[in-house]
Amino acid sequence: MKALAARRHHRSAPVVLLLLALLVTGGLYAALAPTPAGAAEASESDIQTGSDLFKANCATCHGMSAEGTQDAPSLIGVGAASVDFQVGTGRMPMENNGPQALAKPPQFTDEQVAQLAAYVASLGPGPAIPTAEQIDPEQGDEANGMQIFRTNCAMCHNAVGAGGALSEGKFAPSLWDSSPKVIYEAMVTGPQAMPVFNDANLTPDEKRDVISYIVAQRVGSPGGAELGALGPVTEGLWAWVIGIGLLIACSVWIGAKSS
Amino acid sequence: MSTHPSPTDITTYGGANLPDTFTDPGHGPHRLRRTDTDPAANKRAERQVVLLFAVSIIGTVLFLVAYVLVPPGDTAASMRTSNLLLGLGLFLGMFGIGAAAVHWAKTLMNDHERTDERHSLTPSEETRQGAVQALQEGLADANVARRGVLKGAMFSALALAPLSVAVPLIGEVGEDWDITKFKHTIWKKGVRLASDPSGRPIRAAEVTLGSAFHVIPANLEDEEHPLDEKAKAIVLMVRMDPRDLKEAEDRRGWSYEGIVAYSKVCTHVGCPVALYEQQTHHLLCPCHQSTFDLADGAKVVFGPANRPLPQLPITVDDEGYLVAQSDFHEPIGPSFWERLT
Repeated sequence: MKALAARRHHRSAPVVLLLLALLVTGGLYAALAPTPAGAAEASESDIQTGSDLFKANCATCHGMSAEGTQDAPSLIGVGAASVDFQVGTGRMPMENNGPQALAKPPQFTDEQVAQLAAYVASLGPGPAIPTAEQIDPEQGDEANGMQIFRTNCAMCHNAVGAGGALSEGKFAPSLWDSSPKVIYEAMVTGPQAMPVFNDANLTPDEKRDVISYIVAQRVGSPGGAELGALGPVTEGLWAWVIGIGLLIACSVWIGAKSS
Repeated sequence: MSTHPSPTDITTYGGANLPDTFTDPGHGPHRLRRTDTDPAANKRAERQVVLLFAVSIIGTVLFLVAYVLVPPGDTAASMRTSNLLLGLGLFLGMFGIGAAAVHWAKTLMNDHERTDERHSLTPSEETRQGAVQALQEGLADANVARRGVLKGAMFSALALAPLSVAVPLIGEVGEDWDITKFKHTIWKKGVRLASDPSGRPIRAAEVTLGSAFHVIPANLEDEEHPLDEKAKAIVLMVRMDPRDLKEAEDRRGWSYEGIVAYSKVCTHVGCPVALYEQQTHHLLCPCHQSTFDLADGAKVVFGPANRPLPQLPITVDDEGYLVAQSDFHEPIGPSFWERLT
């Protein structure tokens, strides 16, 4: 003890202590910190392949290091979720310029999408691809999801997710065929005209509730034919053309003299 | 001088021979129906009517069977089946009776044609004079012209009586006439911006670039009528790159690092205007397509609205939460009579 007490006043004691403290904190953090989802699975070779794919297919618009150009935004920090959404649904690479990039059969295999995502994720931290548990509709609360959907999503995507028109040729797509993963990724990344709904705005649990609500709409309406669930347009067309047409036909039959 | 007739000359042929009025040609010869002449057709029509009644019977039975055996259940699919069967049964049950009755009347019942002559609407001179005379006699009997007070009392009573209907009717319109409530909301200095519907207060750091938050005042639940207050106080808050933001000189302090908050009630007819496109910063109203540019003071860029959306001045408090600086500086929502600007 005496020796330790003597060295306490040594000139390099603060430096040694500081180093020790840093080492302990760093070690503890490495041991205890949660690993970001998706980050662990991407190997060095995936990132390399993704980089090659990127240079061949995306760099023309997004720049050789994804730094963005006049034509397309920078992809640094958009995260794997964004790539998985845009490329996985075929929206990217864009077929032609238009009001918005349309979903189409994806150009890349799932593996290639994952490699591209790994490459873009390696450029800067961003939203990761959600885990299976985060998007499991069985675990969500449909009723709460409805409240959140009504406030945040229904004005564009329609009350039951049938989609709707925006300005100048843009539109909010129908969500009936979107997989839970794609819905989650869209919320967390805010593709194209859609705003971002980050984890502070809608917590991961609330996002799962929203997914549950959307999935619950897919079994159809208890009332019968939904006519696209688009509201007064299709329902009015049906009532005025088919319904009133039948009534007119009946009146003509009643009024006509029998042969 | 030309010998050609003017092009406007009208040539008539045999004008002098046309009769003044056309005579009523009367009914054409009575045409018998096939069921009147052909016994086989008659039998066939009878069978068709029986068939239509049978359809009705089958429909009613279908309805009853479905009612007992196919309960709505708990799933959408079972409800749909139940509704379909009940509806189909009801339709066949009712339509069968109606169609059978019409078909019966048209083909099997006798088809005598008869004419009901329309009589003149004007009554005879005698009747008209009698009515006028009766009125005059009544007037003379009442002697109204010489009883001034009585006349005054009668007209007063008649004039006032409708008030017992009119006053409550007008008074109930809009429940109360206090219009000051249109001019303010419950936003005030220091009220935190909270997330709708969870009520979580929002930190400025949580509003990332491109985010759209649907916002209610954090003190909403303390109100006596939270839904009424919410309808006026709802706000849409977005964050954009501060370089995209064009701010008027007198509103320079109303945003916080690119975060702007605007009333969500459309200035046209009050729909919740919330279709935010984060790339163009345009906010579209779903009712009549009014479009507001949130990057430029929510000015109207398209559609029938004629005022920008009111902006809520915001800042952050000591703990980093977003708070209102004050209430809106103008009434939110559509115009009303007493609104001066």
